[in-house]
Amino acid sequence: MALKFELPKSGFNFDNYNRNLILESKGLKSPKTIKTGTTIVGCVYKDGIVLGADTRATNGPIVADKNCEKIHYLAPNMYCCGAGTAADTEFTTNLISSKLELHRLATNRQSRVVTAMTMLKQMLFRYQGNIGAALVLGGYDVTGPHLYTIAPHGSTDKLPYVTMGSGSLAAMTIFENGWKKDMSREEAIEIVKDAIESGIFNDLGSGSNVDVVVITKDKTEVLRNYKRPNERVKKEQSYKYPRGTTAVLKTSIRNFVDVTEGVATPMDLS
Amino acid sequence: MPYDPHPNHEGFLNSVGSPIQHRFNPHTDNGGTTLAIAGKDFCLVAGDTRQSEGYSINTRYAPKVHELSNGSVLATSGMYADSVNLVLNIETRLEWYKHKHNKTMSATASAQMLMTVLYQKRFFPYYVFNILGGVDEKGEGCVFSYDPVGCYRRETYQAHGSSAALIQPFLDNQCGAKHQNIKEELLTLDQAMKITKDAFASATERDIYTGDYLEIFVIKKSGVTKHKFDLKKD
Repeated sequence: MALKFELPKSGFNFDNYNRNLILESKGLKSPKTIKTGTTIVGCVYKDGIVLGADTRATNGPIVADKNCEKIHYLAPNMYCCGAGTAADTEFTTNLISSKLELHRLATNRQSRVVTAMTMLKQMLFRYQGNIGAALVLGGYDVTGPHLYTIAPHGSTDKLPYVTMGSGSLAAMTIFENGWKKDMSREEAIEIVKDAIESGIFNDLGSGSNVDVVVITKDKTEVLRNYKRPNERVKKEQSYKYPRGTTAVLKTSIRNFVDVTEGVATPMDLS
Repeated sequence: MPYDPHPNHEGFLNSVGSPIQHRFNPHTDNGGTTLAIAGKDFCLVAGDTRQSEGYSINTRYAPKVHELSNGSVLATSGMYADSVNLVLNIETRLEWYKHKHNKTMSATASAQMLMTVLYQKRFFPYYVFNILGGVDEKGEGCVFSYDPVGCYRRETYQAHGSSAALIQPFLDNQCGAKHQNIKEELLTLDQAMKITKDAFASATERDIYTGDYLEIFVIKKSGVTKHKFDLKKD
């Protein structure tokens, strides 16, 4: 007998959706995903693209990871910053990265940034914003440097400087104030660093270090922890406990071993 | 969707189909952390100075630990606007007391007064979590911990605010000797200072609402001294 409903072979499974709605209406609290309250930016300069990100991941008011990586690899000539739900940015960029690699193998050509952008926006639009990924995509291909933002619902913008995440307003002030056309590599890295630092210090969802990626025509540099403006201060004293601090209530070794009489049987070495 | 000849005029419905209730909430949480430790002949009261709302920092320096005119110190966390008015109210009453009785109010008396002041607003509370620190009649350090509607008790150490859940277990271990095979003893001032600084540095690492500056007040029979330290600003 055939099943009344066939389970989908791939993609997300929404079987529990209605059950969860009923449970929620009865007062059950559903678990929350980790949102990376984030500052991510990108900026075009004379020879290519500079991408930047902070490294704080939060779970409500608590810092979940003090030094996480938010600039994801897509292709040798392409990187993608992710803000929003941590799992969604991670899996979406991983999936597209994998698809791009297969595409390169099939076509024997370098991946284009528009290809990645189109794949990302079509996937995000298909899921109607339920995949909480806000992305900054940057790369350099045969048609030159490209920089995009992709919102969770699938809309895209192509701009010379972009920001995303909870620190996007703080970061954008730096670009609006200081961005120029045809900046040098050093100038571009500096303004990206300043934009991320603005997010780190003025937005509570962002913090810790600055990650930078520079993409040019035939070179990609990953500058992990390019700046660390928030080193922890030394502790006032040691909190190492002296031996015997934990009270021993009872000691018994015999419970955990088998005690047998006579000589042990030799190991079988055949 | 089929045409509905009798649309719902009661209010908007959400996706689950139940009505959405809109309500004004007059209280807000401005974050921040406070802490107090009582010693043999001193009391230490500390708090960070960050004032925030949502993902924004309103100011990096809004002191929430207040030195009162009777020589005790009040640490307030929760809603900043309410804490300002509460301190104003307390200060007024301390002054009236002085004119009426020709002496300053003792720390223990002001602790009891704070309780009544808080309970008077039982059904529209001051949204403030208080810790009152001072020196009692015997010259020993005292800490009083409150909830927003006036329930209070004397403690030897207490943490309140956004990092209370991070700091209180640390104090239980270090000040209360919990889970340690040693006798509980009151801390020296030097020990209390070190523990307080480490507690706030660690809370700043993991709580987004704690940071910027740390203010520590030390209350002794001879008077109050104030110390200020840096905390991380991200």
